[in-house]
Amino acid sequence: MASSVLEPVQQRGREALQRLGLPTRRQEAWRLTDLKRLAALADLPLSASPAKAEQPAVATGVLRLRLDGLGDPLEGVTLPEGISALTESELRQALGHTLDRCGCADVWPVELNHACSRRVLALRVRGSVPPLELLQTGSAGLTATRVLLLMEEKAQLDLLQVVTAQADAAHSHVLEVHLGQEACLNHGLLALGDGSASLLAHLAVEQEPRSRYALTSVMRGWSLGRLEPRVVQVDGQATTTLQGLAVSDADQQLATHSSVRFDGPEGELDQLQKCLAAGRSHSIFNGGISVPRAAQRTNAAQLSRNLLLSDRARVDTKPELEIVADDVRCAHGATVSQLQEDELFYLRSRGIAAGEATALLLRGACLEVIRQLPDQAGIWSPLERVLEGLAT
Amino acid sequence: MIRPDAELLLDITDLHASVEDQPILKGVNLQVRAGEIHAVMGRNGSGKSTLSKVLAGHPAYRVTAGAVRYCGNDLFELEPEQRARLGVFLGFQYPVEIPGVSNLEFLRVATNARRLQREQEELDTFDFEDHVRDRLKVVQMDPAFLERSVNEGFSGGEKKRNEILQMALLEPVVAILDETDSGLDIDALRIVAAGVNQLATPENATLLITHYQRLLDEITPDYVHVMAAGRILRTGGRDLALELEKTGYDWVDKELAAQGVA
Repeated sequence: MASSVLEPVQQRGREALQRLGLPTRRQEAWRLTDLKRLAALADLPLSASPAKAEQPAVATGVLRLRLDGLGDPLEGVTLPEGISALTESELRQALGHTLDRCGCADVWPVELNHACSRRVLALRVRGSVPPLELLQTGSAGLTATRVLLLMEEKAQLDLLQVVTAQADAAHSHVLEVHLGQEACLNHGLLALGDGSASLLAHLAVEQEPRSRYALTSVMRGWSLGRLEPRVVQVDGQATTTLQGLAVSDADQQLATHSSVRFDGPEGELDQLQKCLAAGRSHSIFNGGISVPRAAQRTNAAQLSRNLLLSDRARVDTKPELEIVADDVRCAHGATVSQLQEDELFYLRSRGIAAGEATALLLRGACLEVIRQLPDQAGIWSPLERVLEGLAT
Repeated sequence: MIRPDAELLLDITDLHASVEDQPILKGVNLQVRAGEIHAVMGRNGSGKSTLSKVLAGHPAYRVTAGAVRYCGNDLFELEPEQRARLGVFLGFQYPVEIPGVSNLEFLRVATNARRLQREQEELDTFDFEDHVRDRLKVVQMDPAFLERSVNEGFSGGEKKRNEILQMALLEPVVAILDETDSGLDIDALRIVAAGVNQLATPENATLLITHYQRLLDEITPDYVHVMAAGRILRTGGRDLALELEKTGYDWVDKELAAQGVA
């Protein structure tokens, strides 16, 4: 919607890309990134035709909106009670606000999205509404999608984003969410590429006190995948849960760069990031947690668990805790291991063949995160798709 | 039950084994016939647990000499999963936690692997639920534990009950229970022991690896073996366990010294 709102944003994005140039290895946030693939992505023309992806029928009671960067996702759709589209003036006021608040309005992937997004899906949510699915597809070239969600006080929503892409395509996505007081968003992101496409996804979330935000992200099958959830608890006192699963194979590079900032006291964070790396793939996790002086009595826990499924796979994991407040609990831990010999032996000693035991363990490792996805994700068979063809 | 003419299930001859090139077993000899219950006792480091892991086929242990025949087969020719399917069962001292893998699913896959070997029909999800609920009674286990991940967050006692539940489902020919009594309070010990007694038949045999005599108050062994320095130093009846309880293991050192081992 609203090209008059987006024109200055696109202009700004184009100028910023010119000014910034491509990220380099000297920048900490890009130190480990395969920059050749990033350059290839930046050179892609904008996609010009809608994707013809097959999709399972949506479950009863779930509202599906299709985003391909071209068509209007709301065309022919009757929004249920409690969900409404923002007016142009509301959009003008709200767009970019959360990106600014999260301190990521001018980073390269967001500026790329600024330059390329031709539409914004901007919705307001009041009260408890039916589950929403955003099906984000792209055809050859670069597809850019942008979503803005304003959750009013006490609003409740189950949101599932499904991002797919095929054959050398790339998808740039920016989501902004503002959660009012006591609002509750159960958010799933299922990013399933075909192995050759690339994905840059930026999720900026702003939480008012007593709101609850739970993100479950599942990333699989991207040549270059980069997911950046950025959460700010504007006055603390909110609850954030981040659970991520990245399964990489072949020569893929999947990165998750998360950051959570507590700008007030008594905030809570529970974070689990799991990476399974097979083949010659490379998995990266950077977990930033910022607890400034105002954030007394913050309670945060971050755990990064990584499984190397081949001798040639690589995992880089880094917690980044910046704690100024003195009365806080911030636990963090990281493990990198191969499939446990003891677990395998236990299963084999019960008559389960080595191959089947391995499959059972991988299933278990993925299920720990996948079962947290909103219920509506079931139609996409996420576990099967994540495990499909996983070479160990 | 000792019957000299009963089938020889397990025949261990001069077994030597190492872990990380450190010799642990140095010539174990042991014969187990159908219907028998054997207790293997000994101090920490005597080789008891190594013996159980070698028999089950743990990949970290290397057999360097000797032989084990199991029901007429060369045991070391068989992969760990083949041994299990043919009826060798190891009850773990420290059962492994496997997050994300449902206990019920695990038990079903394991049970069906053994059933296939015995040319019995595989059980589907529904039939298996009925079957497992019946077997739960053997160890008085709460069905809620079926819904959880394998051993995850189970107490020490619950893990051991889960081991005996697996034994009840797999109906082994030779069950090796490695320190099944460790970490159990007296009530849990009685429940676990009652389960083991219930599963003992004239056709199968049990090898109890234990540190303490108290398990043997609940399960009466036909033979008691004392292990030291990787060998069986002495074999006797139930009285040997009672004697150990009274005198401790000090005599072991003397006997080893006399043999020039220690």
